[in-house]
Amino acid sequence: MREPIKYLLAVVSLGLALWVVYLIATTLPLEVVNVGAYQNIYFHVGSFATAFSGFFLGLAASLLYLKTGNFKYDSFAAGVNEIALLFATVGLAMGSIWGRYAWGIWWDWDPRLTSMLLCWLVYAGYLMMRGSVDEPSTRARLSAVLSIFGCLLVGFVYKSIDWFRTQHPPAVFAFRGGGGMGPGMDYPIMIAWGSTLCLGILLAMVRMEQAEMSREIDALRREVHTY
Amino acid sequence: MYFRQLWTIAAKDLRSEWRTREAVNASLAFSITILVLFSIAFDPDNPDIKADLLSAGLLWMVYSFAAALALSRTFARELQNDCLDALLAAPIPASALYLGKLLGNFILLLAIEVISLGAFSFLYNVKVAAHFWQLLLTIALGTWAMAAMGTFFSALTVNLRLRELMLPVFIYPALVPALLASISLTDGLLHGIPLSVNDGAVKILVSFDIIFTSLAVLLIDIVLVG
Amino acid sequence: MNEAALEVSGVWKYYGDFPALRDIAFRVIPGSTVALLGRNGAGKTTLLRILAGLSKPSRGSVTINGMSVREEATRRRIGVLGHGISLYDELSAAENLSLFAKLYGIANPAKRVDEMLERTGLDRVRDGLAREFSRGMRQRLAVARVFLHDPEILILDEPFTALDDRAIAVLQALLNDMRARGRTIVMSTHQLREALELATHVAMIQRGQIVYAGERKQEMIDDTGWLYRTYGES
Repeated sequence: MREPIKYLLAVVSLGLALWVVYLIATTLPLEVVNVGAYQNIYFHVGSFATAFSGFFLGLAASLLYLKTGNFKYDSFAAGVNEIALLFATVGLAMGSIWGRYAWGIWWDWDPRLTSMLLCWLVYAGYLMMRGSVDEPSTRARLSAVLSIFGCLLVGFVYKSIDWFRTQHPPAVFAFRGGGGMGPGMDYPIMIAWGSTLCLGILLAMVRMEQAEMSREIDALRREVHTY
Repeated sequence: MYFRQLWTIAAKDLRSEWRTREAVNASLAFSITILVLFSIAFDPDNPDIKADLLSAGLLWMVYSFAAALALSRTFARELQNDCLDALLAAPIPASALYLGKLLGNFILLLAIEVISLGAFSFLYNVKVAAHFWQLLLTIALGTWAMAAMGTFFSALTVNLRLRELMLPVFIYPALVPALLASISLTDGLLHGIPLSVNDGAVKILVSFDIIFTSLAVLLIDIVLVG
Repeated sequence: MNEAALEVSGVWKYYGDFPALRDIAFRVIPGSTVALLGRNGAGKTTLLRILAGLSKPSRGSVTINGMSVREEATRRRIGVLGHGISLYDELSAAENLSLFAKLYGIANPAKRVDEMLERTGLDRVRDGLAREFSRGMRQRLAVARVFLHDPEILILDEPFTALDDRAIAVLQALLNDMRARGRTIVMSTHQLREALELATHVAMIQRGQIVYAGERKQEMIDDTGWLYRTYGES
């Protein structure tokens, strides 16, 4: 049952991605800098959108784990958060490379980037924490707590950094992160998001299966060592 | 009963700290060292560097590093002799244990910071007399945030392999909003702008303190006992 | 009736997918002394931690007169002695006991602290810091802490292990006093002889399951291997 779904997701993801590339190539005006711009808006924003979807799903799964104690929720949360972090990394990298290419800077401390970087740090910490606890129940419990904490923190951080930067005039680049979208750009964004989302779900499924298997191995190892 | 237990825990922590003075000495020494290092990094005598624009930020950098140092052992030291088990077996709610430790840490940090403020003002010729009480209030609010997050994450990392290394990983991102607000307010105060003007930052700091302390109180039982 | 009956029902404890405890169910009769036996790794400490409210079972419940051990009011009635001393090295004997006296809400803490210090023979060193004590003195102070709030139910994890003679004598005196007053004791132990002499009931745990729970039989005292042979696997 799982295998066909995974193949389907892979195909859909690739298909949607190619469609977006096709749209870029044919329907929208082509200039050297703008190629980068379109890649940025569609896939880079798509990456971040998928990342945030992942973090929210992770939060929901964490709450469900705390409520039910069912480890499947923990595996799901772990998989989803990890893949979301991956997409956040990709998003940041793409944006950074494009920024260097288009404006000559690798980084800027505008509200969105700063909060995104912080979000990244929080979930990187989440992964580090998972890596340093062997016992599955403790790990699941602490992960759930961090997930709840992380989501709330990221929300708060975004709001507060946003507020602060409105007090001090920001640097030039209001375009970054979605300003300056013209007409006819909406639906390619949705398609690109669909593409990254499918890829994200696929990777999360793989990761979740790995987590389940690793837990089974852990249980077997405990049984052998105890008795 | 709850508050009595809370205060008993805070008093115990403060008494332990007073006997050994581990955290206080290390933190103060660390603060002074960082202040000296900053002078090497930034050269305060250089007229091209607007040193007074950096003051507030530097001060809170010193505070955060010193706090992380002082807070890292808060729950970890209960593991020695299995004291944590005895505390959890006692009829004290986990939230009272958390808030008691938070209060103790808050007082400890405040003491360290007031001394550091003196050193800072002395070494960098920063005038703190104007709006002094408002400055202390700001420091207190920011310190509450540090103590709240530090105590919470100390409880969380007590279960981890690399506990002392992991605490900074969690605590610094968690403190960003509070630090941002505190630095903004401190900067204002050092330049003569009272808190009433910067009320947006005050709101952020106070709401951070309230929201995240409440969140910690809600989650602490899951973290400690599960 | 104020007797506390400890009831364990349907308790499972999972570490991930591994069941450390499987469907544990038994009732401890008020006033009895239960010796919990089992090999290392069988689940004794896991079970005792759950009984003491230090750990949550994955399934099932532990109650005293119907109230969960995870509630504060219930924990007030339990005294726990684990593997560690549970004392603060940098506080004095009196300060250590006073701390716990206040946490347990004892009415006249100073008086009770003095009483316990006397009963454990530590009254002359009451202001000495715990880290300066000899090992035996620390053990006696730990014992003082457990009995401080006069618990109705005692949960002891291998109490006789690593105690010196004087500490064992103190502990036995206090335990006998408890039994005479009809208090309940659940203790895990490796020292079969000492445990079986004190016990009225025996429970044996193996691979996370209770394989025997009932009265102490004469055969158990006469031949200490009998229990393991009859109910355990070889």
